[in-house]
Amino acid sequence: MEATIFDIKHFAVHDGPGIRQTVFFKGCPLKCWWCHNPESQSKNIESFTRINRLDGKEFKKESPIGYSITIDDLFKTIQGDKIFFEESGGGVTFSGGEPLMQADFLYEITKLCKENGIHTCIDTSGFAPEETLQKIAKIADCFLYDLKIVDNYLHYNYTNTPVFDIISNLNWLDQNNKNVILRFPLIPGITDSRQNLSEVKLFIKSLKNIHQIDILPYHDIANSKYNRFNKENLMKGSGLIPEEQISHIKSEFESLGFKVGIGG
Amino acid sequence: MNSRIKNLRGESLMATNTLSPERAILLTKFYKNEMGDKSSIPVKRAKAFKYILENKKICINQNELIVGERGPVAKATPTYPEVSLHSLKDLEILDTRPKVWFKVDDETKKVYENDIIPFWKGNTQRDKMFGLLPDEWKAAYEAGIFTEFQEQRAPGHTVAGKKIFQKGMLDLKKEIKDSIEKFKTSNGPEAQGKIEELKAMDIAADAIITFAHRHTMALISLAEVEENEGRKAELIKMARVCRKVPANAPETFHEMLQHYWFIHLGVITEVNPWDSFNPGRLDQHLYPFYKQEIENGTLTKESAIELLQAFWVKFNNHPSPPKMGVTALESNTYTDFSLINLGGLKEDGTDAVNELTYILLDVIEEMRILQPSSMVQLSKKNPDKFIQRAIQITKTGFGQPSIFNTDAIIKELVNQGKDIIDARNGGASGCVETGAFGTESYILTGYFNLNKILEITLYNGTDPRTGKEIGLKTGNPRNFQTIDELLEAYKKQLNYFAYIKLKGNNIIEKLYAEKLPVPFLSLIIEDCISNGIDYNAGGARYNTSYVQGVGLGSVTDNLASIKYNVFDKKKVSLDELLNALNANFEGFEQLRHDLVYETPKYGNDDDYADQHSVFVFNTFYDAVNGKPTYRGGKYRINMLPTTSHVYFGSVMKATPDGRKEFEPLSEGISPFQGADKKGPTAVLKSAAKIDHIKTGGTLLNQKFSPSFFKDEESIEKLSYLVRSYFRMEGHHIQFNVVNAKTLRDAQKHPEKYTDLIVRVAGYSDYFNDLGEGLQNEIIRRTEHEEI
Repeated sequence: MEATIFDIKHFAVHDGPGIRQTVFFKGCPLKCWWCHNPESQSKNIESFTRINRLDGKEFKKESPIGYSITIDDLFKTIQGDKIFFEESGGGVTFSGGEPLMQADFLYEITKLCKENGIHTCIDTSGFAPEETLQKIAKIADCFLYDLKIVDNYLHYNYTNTPVFDIISNLNWLDQNNKNVILRFPLIPGITDSRQNLSEVKLFIKSLKNIHQIDILPYHDIANSKYNRFNKENLMKGSGLIPEEQISHIKSEFESLGFKVGIGG
Repeated sequence: MNSRIKNLRGESLMATNTLSPERAILLTKFYKNEMGDKSSIPVKRAKAFKYILENKKICINQNELIVGERGPVAKATPTYPEVSLHSLKDLEILDTRPKVWFKVDDETKKVYENDIIPFWKGNTQRDKMFGLLPDEWKAAYEAGIFTEFQEQRAPGHTVAGKKIFQKGMLDLKKEIKDSIEKFKTSNGPEAQGKIEELKAMDIAADAIITFAHRHTMALISLAEVEENEGRKAELIKMARVCRKVPANAPETFHEMLQHYWFIHLGVITEVNPWDSFNPGRLDQHLYPFYKQEIENGTLTKESAIELLQAFWVKFNNHPSPPKMGVTALESNTYTDFSLINLGGLKEDGTDAVNELTYILLDVIEEMRILQPSSMVQLSKKNPDKFIQRAIQITKTGFGQPSIFNTDAIIKELVNQGKDIIDARNGGASGCVETGAFGTESYILTGYFNLNKILEITLYNGTDPRTGKEIGLKTGNPRNFQTIDELLEAYKKQLNYFAYIKLKGNNIIEKLYAEKLPVPFLSLIIEDCISNGIDYNAGGARYNTSYVQGVGLGSVTDNLASIKYNVFDKKKVSLDELLNALNANFEGFEQLRHDLVYETPKYGNDDDYADQHSVFVFNTFYDAVNGKPTYRGGKYRINMLPTTSHVYFGSVMKATPDGRKEFEPLSEGISPFQGADKKGPTAVLKSAAKIDHIKTGGTLLNQKFSPSFFKDEESIEKLSYLVRSYFRMEGHHIQFNVVNAKTLRDAQKHPEKYTDLIVRVAGYSDYFNDLGEGLQNEIIRRTEHEEI
């Protein structure tokens, strides 16, 4: 069994508890305007021109974006960091792209990790068939679950997908008392509107068991990726969210009884 | 810090580094006057030591609390002509060189020309050494295969153990007397020599008591004319302290610090031992005094902190003695490697962290000066709070404290055959060197250029830089069919050069044992007194001599590159590769690109590359470890560079890893600058593949941008990273936290950054004092990690 991934990050410190290894799956059903990993969107192994610099000279080479990996090889890589997981209470995080798009592989690798005592975390948009999500939820230890926009029309407009499944999957996780950390991307002019904020607050207030949310403020680090991989950048020219605004939203979430992190 | 400490610290930072002829003048005068004295060598050395301490100028700085300077004033550094003699040209260079200079006045130059040079020329340890060493040693030394530590400084590399904090000189004199009696009674063949050694130690003990007494007198004189009542009382108290210690065992916190300080000065005045001297496990030694005095109400936390800070300033007033030539290249710094150890385990194997440990960490953070250097010993039994507090200080960016694995250190010491209690009382000194504090003479003998040996192998025994044939003829590598043939040839060359190095070491050790005994240091280190043998002759309970391997990351990359590009992928023939290296890659840019960017490298947890680090390490270990030394001890290895990776790179042509000629090599066991692409966990895993327990220390430098330290959670995660490395039996890790922009600006405007301290390799140094090559290398390292 093989998966298509585009990167593995070791010493990931923002993707769940402890020191983590994050595996980035390639392919995503969403197309968010602010996507930080534009190279993750297509499930195909595309190519790009890599430029290495040495002594002021440029060396160009056509290189693939992403690669196939077998379940054995991936597990070997994950297990290589076990000592760090054990010391820190960390584990592996499956991110993307959308890991649930490669659901069978994801299930098998998660199972293998569980059998070997490795903590697993699924970083997902939540956009997946309910049976897919429910199956993985039985064995995964934790979800990092994106909550972007509650209004269906706006969600569709900025992500190219409807919001209904995302909301109902999240409700299911909440009702079944699964361990979930919400992630709210704070995007200037998009998710930070007064309407969206009040809808998000209204929604999270309704949750019974989920009490943790990380605010992920927009940053422009991905701009260089859009250039490198030659993708259209819909956020070009956007500014950053001011610190005061972030801490204001943080305290609003906190007033709803949530534990709030910034930057995730 | 209070205004007194602020002033003392400021004065120490601003004091001018000068070269003081005082010691050289007194020493020369003594030996001239005593020409007819037929005493044994140790007794004469002890008398000379006493003469210096009886006649040198006593310096008491304004408002200080701990007294005693090696020179006539702060940062006036003496010379040691009996070890190595500065020529007039050396003095000129020291006076005018742009970095790590020592001002030399005309009077000093004159006294050197008229008295000191004529008397010592041809009679120094250095002259004698070079007279005895064989040609093949000199050829390898000149080619940059290895360096020699004892060429300009005497053996030392040792640390105070608990004994000297519990005993006074009068107690030691009693021990000496008993020991003399014992040897008189036994009257064995070596008795007379031993009795001479012991007599010398007795004189040395008297010398330091006299020195303290002279301070008492000076303090009383100052008190008599002091108008400020508060200061007057202080001066009288200090006089009382100096009357008591080091003659008697200290009984208070203040006495203890002053007691150590006199001993420190004794060690660094007797001769110029490497790595100055070091109080070792300071929190352990001081804590009983601290606790008792706090309980009795005779000490407050504030006054304890003030005393500690005053003590810190004393270290900073004592730069490393001025070096010249190759030694200046391999280690040119004002730092004299006093490494304060905190935390770790107690003798009984339990957690040693105490209240004073945290107070000392506060002192380190607040003082923020070059010397003394500091480290924490981290055992799995120590609390998280301790390591996290240490990392918080590291975050401020001056590279202290570094972090050591106590559990590994103890295993290393026990593996070398030491008693478990002695091992638990040990730690690390200098850069990262493992030692049993107070009971071991562990001497570094020289850096060993693991990469130059590969270069010599690739040229079939010839040094391509000079064309001289200095190695074995192990065959033209162009005819090798497999990487194993190359590895076999490399092993032969390495064994050959290790043999030459150890042969030279034995000559040098004998010279120090016979001609330059150190009776004062012998008082301090157990069991010199009961053995009746000098520290330099094997009198200590344990005797170890180290050879330090340099450039593990580079040599791993070089071998991996040849295996990958020449033998496995056949991208290039060895002939073509050697042509490219000869041409310094000019006309071979694409090849160089592939060597740099498309070849497996050490530091990425990739066994394809890392197997070579294990091979080189084991080969080096087998060539050195366990061989007998002249002093009756064993040779061991450790893996640390100080700054020799820059010097060792400067004697090498371009290398198969894509490094251009004369550029620095990798340092310690860290990956080559920019070679690690998979983050810190992969670096730690690569570094842990060699067996650290077989060494006497390894050095791993890990650079982080400040963002990794941004909040408590980040610091917590870094602490887990350290714990993980230590669970894999890593010996040491240090963090360098500074961004490249700051460093570049400092290079342009050194004046704005006079206090900028960065981690170099096993120690921190002022950025301004580093050579430009090293500055650039640190900037490159830093840039790489910021990406």
